Amino acid sequence: MILSRYLFIGMLLLFAIGFAVAPLVLIRIIAPRRPTPHKGQTVECGLETQGETWIRFRLQYYIFALLFVVFDVETVFLYPWAASYVSLGWYAFVEMMVFLAMLTVGLVYAWAIGALKWQ
Amino acid sequence: MNGLWVSIVAMKMAALSEPVPWVAWFLWLFVGFAGLFPLLVAYIVWGERKVAARFQDRIGPNRVGPFGLLQSIADLVKLLFKEDFTPARADFLIHALAPVLMLISAMLSLAVIPFGFGSVSMRNDPVTGVLRPTLTGFSAVDLPSGVPYLIAVSSIASLGLFLAGWSSRNKYALLGSMRSVAQMVSYEIPQVLATVPIVLWSGTLSLTGILDRQVETGWYVLTPPGFMAFVIFMISSFAEVNRAPFDLPEAESELIAGFHLEYSSMRFGLFFLAEYMSMFAVCCICTTLFLGGGAIPFLAFPRGLLGGYVVVDLFLNLITILVFSLKVGLLIFLFFWVRATLPRMRVDRLMAFAWKLLIPLCLVNLLIAAIWFEIVIRPVAGRPDGPGFLQWWIGFGVTALLEVLAFFGAVWLYRQDSEHSLKTWRSSTGSKPSIIAWRSVPTKV
Repeated sequence: MILSRYLFIGMLLLFAIGFAVAPLVLIRIIAPRRPTPHKGQTVECGLETQGETWIRFRLQYYIFALLFVVFDVETVFLYPWAASYVSLGWYAFVEMMVFLAMLTVGLVYAWAIGALKWQ
Repeated sequence: MNGLWVSIVAMKMAALSEPVPWVAWFLWLFVGFAGLFPLLVAYIVWGERKVAARFQDRIGPNRVGPFGLLQSIADLVKLLFKEDFTPARADFLIHALAPVLMLISAMLSLAVIPFGFGSVSMRNDPVTGVLRPTLTGFSAVDLPSGVPYLIAVSSIASLGLFLAGWSSRNKYALLGSMRSVAQMVSYEIPQVLATVPIVLWSGTLSLTGILDRQVETGWYVLTPPGFMAFVIFMISSFAEVNRAPFDLPEAESELIAGFHLEYSSMRFGLFFLAEYMSMFAVCCICTTLFLGGGAIPFLAFPRGLLGGYVVVDLFLNLITILVFSLKVGLLIFLFFWVRATLPRMRVDRLMAFAWKLLIPLCLVNLLIAAIWFEIVIRPVAGRPDGPGFLQWWIGFGVTALLEVLAFFGAVWLYRQDSEHSLKTWRSSTGSKPSIIAWRSVPTKV
């Protein structure tokens, strides 16, 4: 019963890809293209770009991304709990509070060691 | 083994037994998603230019058509005939793929939004389990897991953003996309956590179900925990769709244009379309979750009128869609207003704001939402007249007090960090700080 609704999502996905690719195909046909060496350069306000862009560098958001995964997985657990909260009773409530408290400890720890500082 | 096969076949039969509304689906695709939504977006762009012009004491577009109404169409034609161009050193395939991903994300999130109320059907009440007439939303599909679906598809946007910046092979673009990933990853958590109280009160993940519960118990934004969730959701939404004051990925003054610096012609046009469409989508989601969707303010919803005559149904549908559009329009105006008013945030403050203020506040808000549920919603579940006057106000008083305490507690906690303490702030700027230090520019240099 429910599965056929996801069929629409699949159709919409294909449709959206088509809708987004169509203008790209259209401009290949109607828009002019006269590439020159100067035009193809990387934009840097008139200066020649120095060095390579695709090098190894420090990702500042690495710790944030890790924490994000933790909290995002947490919400995956929170949703079913919230949706069936009515019928679960106090045991589940306390259980979830313990779960949240554990995650809060993690957040507080990350804060305390300065992992949440953007440099 | 045989039993397994039987159950699989039974499941397949059940999956096929729901009649597939092909005509309605094709209407949604070709009238809605191909026609109406892009057109709406074109006029949102026009509206933004007009409103921004008003704020800055200008006139705005007024040359193409009356009041410049055809300006967006003219821009589209111009973009189509601009030179199609990819930088020589860019990764061609990914460079072309990135705007497509952004647009897919924006379009997919519009699929489950109920733009009005369709009809009444008999369903089990999620809170009491009793069969009762339930409002059905006027949406393309009503997914039973609508809220997680929305979160899943809206995260695709950050992927598109990062690929755009990376594939351009430009340092500014790469910096912009790095910031954008950090920002979108950080603000997704408060945004998602702010929707958990709504799910908790509604007992369902379907957007139509949430809407129906709101018609029953009143708009969620009018309750203290709901209001707090609404504010947090809106703030995070500003960051999620990269609008001012959180438009760091495309900060003109520092990163030229950030992630879409190397994009031109219709490739840029797709980014533009996707940005405004996701803004529209986020306003629709917010209206559905917090502002009662198409429910008419100050009136009980005339549930009894639905399901009788087709003409009455259509008329009610039209009214609810109009009310919905009005609410969405107000939220979109809020986006314009904030953009015209607030300066851009500094990147470290932006991250700290999400992690050290919004997330703790969200977690506490979840607890207060559970208290509201226990005081107001659970005792009256199944009663036709909804929560009683006294009960509602007791719940209001208790949770409002807790919310105020939680807010000041969170701000106090934030200030305990030496990085954000008032002492540091005073010594660096010499000015009197506001509660949350928005303005990052020192007044004395």
